[in-house]
Amino acid sequence: MAQYTCIVCPNSCLITVEEGENGLKITGNQCKRGEAFAKSEHEHPLRMFTSTVKIEGARLPRLSVVTSGEIPKEKLFECQKALNHVVAHAPVSCGDVLVKDFCHTGVDLLASRSMK
Amino acid sequence: MKNISVDIAVIGGGPAGLAAALEAKEQGAGRVLLLERDGDLGGILQQCIHDGFGLHRFGARLSGTEYAQRYADMVRATDIEIKLDTMVIELTKDRVIYAMNPTDGMMRIECGAVVLAMGCRERTASQVFLYGFRPAGVLTAGSVQRYINMEGYLPGKTAVILGSGDIGLIMARRMTLEGITVKGVYEAAPHLGGLMRNKVQCLDDYNIPLHVGMSVVRVHGKKRVEGVTVAKVGPDFRAIPGTEEFIPCDLLVLAVGLIPENELSRGAQVEMDNKTRGPVLDNNFMTSVPGIFAAGNVAVVFDLVDYVSASGAAAARGAVRFLKGELGGACEYRPVTAGENVNFVVPQRVRTDAEGPTSFYLRVRQPLKKVRLVCEEEGKEIASVRATHAAPPEMMSFEAKLSGGALTVSVTEV
Ligand SMILES: Cc1cc2nc3c(=O)[nH]c(=O)nc-3n(C[C@H](O)[C@H](O)[C@H](O)COP(=O)(O)OP(=O)(O)OC[C@H]3O[C@@H](n4cnc5c(N)ncnc54)[C@H](O)[C@@H]3O)c2cc1C
Ligand code: SF4
Repeated sequence: MAQYTCIVCPNSCLITVEEGENGLKITGNQCKRGEAFAKSEHEHPLRMFTSTVKIEGARLPRLSVVTSGEIPKEKLFECQKALNHVVAHAPVSCGDVLVKDFCHTGVDLLASRSMK
Repeated sequence: MKNISVDIAVIGGGPAGLAAALEAKEQGAGRVLLLERDGDLGGILQQCIHDGFGLHRFGARLSGTEYAQRYADMVRATDIEIKLDTMVIELTKDRVIYAMNPTDGMMRIECGAVVLAMGCRERTASQVFLYGFRPAGVLTAGSVQRYINMEGYLPGKTAVILGSGDIGLIMARRMTLEGITVKGVYEAAPHLGGLMRNKVQCLDDYNIPLHVGMSVVRVHGKKRVEGVTVAKVGPDFRAIPGTEEFIPCDLLVLAVGLIPENELSRGAQVEMDNKTRGPVLDNNFMTSVPGIFAAGNVAVVFDLVDYVSASGAAAARGAVRFLKGELGGACEYRPVTAGENVNFVVPQRVRTDAEGPTSFYLRVRQPLKKVRLVCEEEGKEIASVRATHAAPPEMMSFEAKLSGGALTVSVTEV
């Protein structure tokens, strides 16, 4: 048996996951989204990755970035490290793809703001 | 000095100001001017690179920067005039703004209506009674956030965080990811200040310890922070002798709360509410000074940006009504009373000629389970909301159809 605090909405339900013969038994969630969260958290926790990269030719030296989807939680630090090699060049538009299949996660690294 | 005259001026280009300018345009206002002291639009959201914004407004989980970008792009697609790098230094009660920037110099701006959207600032070390030397390395969480996320500086190597509000939790994760060792988060109150989900994904994910009922009692170091002494504190927030512990670090991050930034409002003789520390507002988000409106964190510290945007739009609708002469003349107010378990409600009062749906925002005094929020007008129930729980860090909101009577809002367990 394992317990997880759902982080999908501010209700923060404490969800219990039990491994039974007919698969996972999930209780304590108040909605469907919580069930999906608990299942993924139990089998393979995922997180959004947000950080910044160097940008040249812009008003500021850093450009904020986000992954186009969630990545495995244990890859957060590897992803952060990989950013040291990414340099963006102004102008950049919010949503521009900076790196495809970022760190073999299957998701892309995107600019999360525009910069001139 | 340059003389300008506009229909609506919005002071502050954060989410409240952006939403206000946009709504003013959509409601048909003529010349709308947006004044922002920073070099870009977006306000505090420019440094909020983490995700979790806009669930209500856009139905998507955006980063703060993405949320701000969407609004900034919408504003730039209109003929709203934007003045960046522009500091507003004075506002008079007759709606004259004095502002300056490097290209226009000093400006005197006559406004049909004004929307205040200056946001808030953070509490500092002296406000939490940390006295003594002033070594480098004592920073507010928002400053650390701006340094790391926008300016590209790492302000230390080993950090202690004082305060467990959401900003403190978010910065614990952010600093860890950037290679700063976070020794722990210390919270003087006996419970977590921010949301549980932020503790889970910002502290637990990274094995950062949370110490409740503890505070920083001394900062060591003359030129640079060399460490802090933490101690258990009693209910009076005083250190309990014998519980002190020294923690070496070169950075103390203060995440001890926000204060609405109302110097301009005070200068315009706007009546203030000492609970919210923002102006007293009516159902049109108008302050006590006719034609001056307020929205976003300058009015009351919101925690959801969606509510901030909604309040900006509401204030702009009020401003447009004022321009049309619908809010002129003498008028009477009825109070909005914070009833059982409610700490405050914004807007604080309603006009007797109020009608139609209006949104209200409130905080409860203590954590409650299975609640029902009830709004009564002159003793008659006009709105109610059920929720699984309520807690002081989470602002509640409801909409009510008004007909001009006194209101009482209460939240009770059912
Ligand atoms: C660290 C942090 C984390 C947050 N995390 C979340 C989250 O996860 N989810 C969420 O929904 N919300 C979050 N919020 C809340 C949300 O971002 C804020 O409530 C919102 O940005 C407030 O908007 P605002 O427009 O009122 O103020 P601001 O964004 O502060 O904008 C005010 C603007 O006014 C300008 N200004 C002030 N005075 C003057 C002057 N005299 N002349 C000219 N310009 C002036 C300032 O430069 C600034 O740009 C967070 C806030 C912070 C600080
Ligand atoms: S289970 Fe549903 S209601 Fe509960 S925290 Fe998760 S998303 Fe929110």
